[in-house]
Amino acid sequence: MSAVTRTNLLSAPSRPRITATTRRQWTTGFLFLSPWIFGFFAFQLLPILFTIFLSFTDYKATSEFKLGNFNFVGLENYKHLLIDPLALPSMGVTLKFALIGIPLGLIIPLILAVLVNNRRLMASSFFRTLFYLPTVIPIVAGTIIFNGVMNAQSGWLNLVLKALGITDPPRWFTDPTWAGFALNLLAIWAVGNAMIILLAGLQGVPTELYEAATMDGAGPVTRFIYITLPMISPVVFYNLTIGVILAFQYFVPALLIGSANGDPQKSLLFFPMVFYREAFVFSRMGYASVLAIVIFVVTMIATGLLFYFGQRLVYYAGGDIS
Amino acid sequence: MATTSISPLKRGLLHYVREVLATLGVSGLGLLALAIFLLPLGYVLATSFKLDSQMTTQGAPLWPATPSTYNYQGKDYPLYDVPNKNGSTQRLVLVNPYRENSDMLDPAHPEKGVFNITGRWRTWQPVYRFAPNLKNFIDAWQEVNFPRLFTNSLLLAGISTIGTLISCILVAYGFTRFKLPGKNILFIFLISTIVLPPQATIIPLYILFSKLHWTGSWLPLLVPAFFANAYDVFLLRQYFMSIPRELDEAAMLDGANPLRTLISIIIPQAIPAITAVTIFHFFFVWNQYFEPLVYLLGNEKLYPISVGIGAFVTTFATYPGRSAATAVLAMLLPAVMFFLAQRQFMQGIVVTGVEK
Repeated sequence: MSAVTRTNLLSAPSRPRITATTRRQWTTGFLFLSPWIFGFFAFQLLPILFTIFLSFTDYKATSEFKLGNFNFVGLENYKHLLIDPLALPSMGVTLKFALIGIPLGLIIPLILAVLVNNRRLMASSFFRTLFYLPTVIPIVAGTIIFNGVMNAQSGWLNLVLKALGITDPPRWFTDPTWAGFALNLLAIWAVGNAMIILLAGLQGVPTELYEAATMDGAGPVTRFIYITLPMISPVVFYNLTIGVILAFQYFVPALLIGSANGDPQKSLLFFPMVFYREAFVFSRMGYASVLAIVIFVVTMIATGLLFYFGQRLVYYAGGDIS
Repeated sequence: MATTSISPLKRGLLHYVREVLATLGVSGLGLLALAIFLLPLGYVLATSFKLDSQMTTQGAPLWPATPSTYNYQGKDYPLYDVPNKNGSTQRLVLVNPYRENSDMLDPAHPEKGVFNITGRWRTWQPVYRFAPNLKNFIDAWQEVNFPRLFTNSLLLAGISTIGTLISCILVAYGFTRFKLPGKNILFIFLISTIVLPPQATIIPLYILFSKLHWTGSWLPLLVPAFFANAYDVFLLRQYFMSIPRELDEAAMLDGANPLRTLISIIIPQAIPAITAVTIFHFFFVWNQYFEPLVYLLGNEKLYPISVGIGAFVTTFATYPGRSAATAVLAMLLPAVMFFLAQRQFMQGIVVTGVEK
């Protein structure tokens, strides 16, 4: 036997051999990766494939999932998407929220980061801590708080607006025109993480750059546009990417305030809420799977576009994009 | 001669004044922004200590208050600021209110007795004193089982964080310190799962967990945490890569196996990143609403605080005080934890953000 093995080995001497050490290294390495590899298959890859499978069936969660309890319906669920009177308007609600919330989520933390980074601000760590505080408040508590402070009669926000001379301030959560924007404000309240990430970015800009620019006669605005913004663009891009991904999943505060109906007048009926209703209120898992796929595809397209157009606007000081 | 001796001093003074003005200006701006930011917090604190009756009373102050009274001959009478002819006000006790005139008493000179003045008492400003009331907190505490909700949230967040730490550290180590075939492709898969919305997987997972009879228990919330997640693996990997390899190579030469090297060399040097993951994941679980709502099937005994107080959003209109007190109680623990560990918080975010 051993002679045969030896001749086999000798017959292919030029091929690089995988040594026993390398193989052991692989085994150990994959052992370390195994929790994620298992989790990836069990909780992500197979479920998403299964969602696609379910989207071609009429399975209802009122019965146990097994053969015979569902039928294949072809593209029926996808056709239903086109005639669902809630699908398109709710995607509008989600898009409006994203189009207002994403720019706000970039600008407000940037302003606050510049503010707390300003050397003329007294007790800047005090400001940093208190601007961060709302971020640790649980979302449900934050929703209760905003439902109160934006109450049309007794809320303090409208008291302030009236004191500033606005005689007829919005009725916020009871007004379909303003309810979505009110949730944008609630979302921007948890500005802390983005602010601190940007602050670290600001502090990482080499001071020589500012000094050189000042010598060349650049004013504060010029310095901000031509030095600060390019230097922190990777951090801004990171915040933007996370913001886009989360915007298309957003619905929990809307569910708490407007119930699963998206009150007032469906103005808070976010697209993921239509999914939630179909899946866990009406148990129509087949059609709900189509809605889930829509959320997934829209998120992928949005982040894809972001990377395609955004990456070239981002300046990486190191030169390489990893 | 005179100009050269004065002007540096003058210039220095001018510069100093300008600095002070700029400091005051920027700090003032900061305070204004902070006031806007903390307005909701001020509102919820004030409301939680107010009786609901104060919310609907015309002319009541914004802070928790109760009408001041004056005891006269064994009975309590309300105090009012009564306007005088000369435009100032006088603080008087309203003993007998009538439409166009009232019987009053001067609290400074009660011995002079009751006298009648003309004027409509309804137009006068009642006197309030600061009086925080704990009734809302007592009501909220009786209506909601806070000890149980807190215990559930702490257990859920604690166990889930332990699982995440163990699994993510192992996986991040695997991604940084081993030459493996297909590692880069696996890493791209890992990163792309960040884009994956929870909605895309929750129906099959729900079916799977019901088949396993896990729904109605914490298992669907806890078990996946032991199989790593992209955010935390990515963060830890970035940090592990910045740790020089020489030390773990030395440990390997001394005969330490990879696990030993990870525990004795890598982990002690990665404490900032590990702290960041701990804090983020803990708060992430503390905040979760959708998953517990779906998986616990209305088993209230197992509810975390987020789901347990969810109903108080809509009861705000009828019981503002109690809802506000509930919100204050729910945010108290995270807020205290934040104040105690704020440096770790801020550092943690810096660790996550700057490494791209």
